[in-house]
Amino acid sequence: MSEPLLVLDDVHVHYGVIEAVRGIDLTVGRGEIVTLIGGNGAGKTTTLRAISRIHGPSAGSIRFEGSELTRLRSDQVVDLGIIQVPEGRHIFPSMTVAENLEMGAFSRRRVARRRLAEDLEEVYGLFPVLAERRKQLGGTLSGGEQQMLAMGRALMAKPRLLMLDEPSMGLAPQIVQRVFEVITRINQAGTPILLIEQNAQMALNAAHRGYVIESGAIVLEDEARALLDDDQVRKAYLGEE
Amino acid sequence: MHCNAALIAPTFVTGLILGFIYALIALGYTMVYGVLKLINFAHDAVFATGGILVFYAFGQWFGIVQPLSGVSLVVLMAASLVIGALASAGSAFLLERVAYRPLRRRQGARLSYLITAIGASFFADYLYQQNFLLGPGKREFPNYFNVSKAFTVFGSVVQNVDVLIVVLAIACLIALDQFITRTRSGRAIRALSEDQVAAQLMGINNDRVITTTFVVGGLFAGIAGVLYAIKFGFVVWNMGFVPGIKAFTAAVLGGIGNIRGALLGGILLGLIENMSAVCVGAEWKDTVAFSVLVLVLILRPTGILGEGIKG
Ligand SMILES: Nc1ncnc2c1ncn2[C@@H]1O[C@H](COP(=O)(O)OP(=O)(O)OP(=O)(O)O)[C@@H](O)[C@H]1O
Ligand SMILES: [Mg+2]
Repeated sequence: MSEPLLVLDDVHVHYGVIEAVRGIDLTVGRGEIVTLIGGNGAGKTTTLRAISRIHGPSAGSIRFEGSELTRLRSDQVVDLGIIQVPEGRHIFPSMTVAENLEMGAFSRRRVARRRLAEDLEEVYGLFPVLAERRKQLGGTLSGGEQQMLAMGRALMAKPRLLMLDEPSMGLAPQIVQRVFEVITRINQAGTPILLIEQNAQMALNAAHRGYVIESGAIVLEDEARALLDDDQVRKAYLGEE
Repeated sequence: MHCNAALIAPTFVTGLILGFIYALIALGYTMVYGVLKLINFAHDAVFATGGILVFYAFGQWFGIVQPLSGVSLVVLMAASLVIGALASAGSAFLLERVAYRPLRRRQGARLSYLITAIGASFFADYLYQQNFLLGPGKREFPNYFNVSKAFTVFGSVVQNVDVLIVVLAIACLIALDQFITRTRSGRAIRALSEDQVAAQLMGINNDRVITTTFVVGGLFAGIAGVLYAIKFGFVVWNMGFVPGIKAFTAAVLGGIGNIRGALLGGILLGLIENMSAVCVGAEWKDTVAFSVLVLVLILRPTGILGEGIKG
């Protein structure tokens, strides 16, 4: 039996002396949407930043198809196809929509311009609003448009694992709906996804499996459906009494 | 305040030429600020290194004492510019490796960068001042380029070296513009200056981009250093200090981090300080230049064109 695509094995992350992530085990299999849900400050973003090697980890192992990520730099992690859409989107504000999307393809070194143009059209097909605004500066887009741009930019990298950090944050309900439709479509086209959310309802509906993180530790893990029915989850994350 | 009418045109030309030199140096300040949000106060030493190394190469080691002409002049000029550019770029590379990178690794505080920069600048200056190097006085630059009058415009003399300065500065700015917009490294510099985390998540190797930025800024500073030494005919251990701080002022004036701002700020500062010399008095020149810096910082801290590396 081969190992899952992404394996986190007893991962710890520190900020100075504070331990924000305390020994997490988590896997993402090929073709899966896996969600990591939890409240403010639980350690979700910290976990993603460790996988992308932006910060940490201080201990433990993170493997992706047999490569030990903890030995790599952030740009080498991207080269493996692990692409993150960060919390807060991080659009390049003074670049146009089109330039932002082209930056997304930075890690694909010797790709023909024609291929790039085709991929660009594909992203515009998925997010028609980006096509309308291709000349507009990233910094002037609305929150929803920025989220779509951030996702489109990630797709331009041809991810082999897509990681999304709270894509629904601060968005109107219809936009959230649209974002989750696209997440499902991307996954159906074959891309495994690690999805971080506070919107547990939406996330568990879209995902195959889920993990619940509290104070830097995984407290629950199960099939997404089972978590939706779990009393603890319903009370803590789905706003039910 | 009464300006000496006869001096206005010549001063305008002088100011413009100096402005282009400031602009070339200012590119280094502005690009490094763009990617690191750091004022590299050691950039003045990077500028000086280019002129000083060419002084050694052709003045000391090859001992060229005659003005040259024709092919040999062109070859020597080209060699000077290349050597100066590479020497400054090399010193910028070294500076980044030895002084700044270790600080980044330890996540040093803002103030540590500033103090390190100033320390590195002093180190280079006083190293050049040692007797086994330049010593304390001015040293005559080899005069293979015979600085002389090229033509007259509005009654003011334009020297051949001035023409060279303007042409090369414009060529450098165009080259940089193309580099930023068309090349992979250039786009990476722009991305890093806009959002460090996003740049990392695009797969950009931040350390490599920072090195490139120092080197590119160093190349331009080196060209400026050689032209400066040719125009004024000497090198001296602290030759970077005044042009460096003026170029820094120019970068802030145009909008620190902004490449076009470096050109605009350089020319404006060159004109303002030299016109003030005619209209207020030569002894006021530097006072006026630095008053401009203070005023910009108070009234419009992002400069005329605002921040951000743009193509
Ligand atoms: N740069 C930092 N320096 C120090 N502590 C940090 C830093 N970033 C996060 N933390 C701390 O680490 C813990 C986990 O933060 P993290 O951002 O991972 O939470 P999160 O689950 O993503 O929360 P949210 O849903 O609010 O985004 C928090 O207690 C936070 O205060
Ligand atoms: Mg978070």
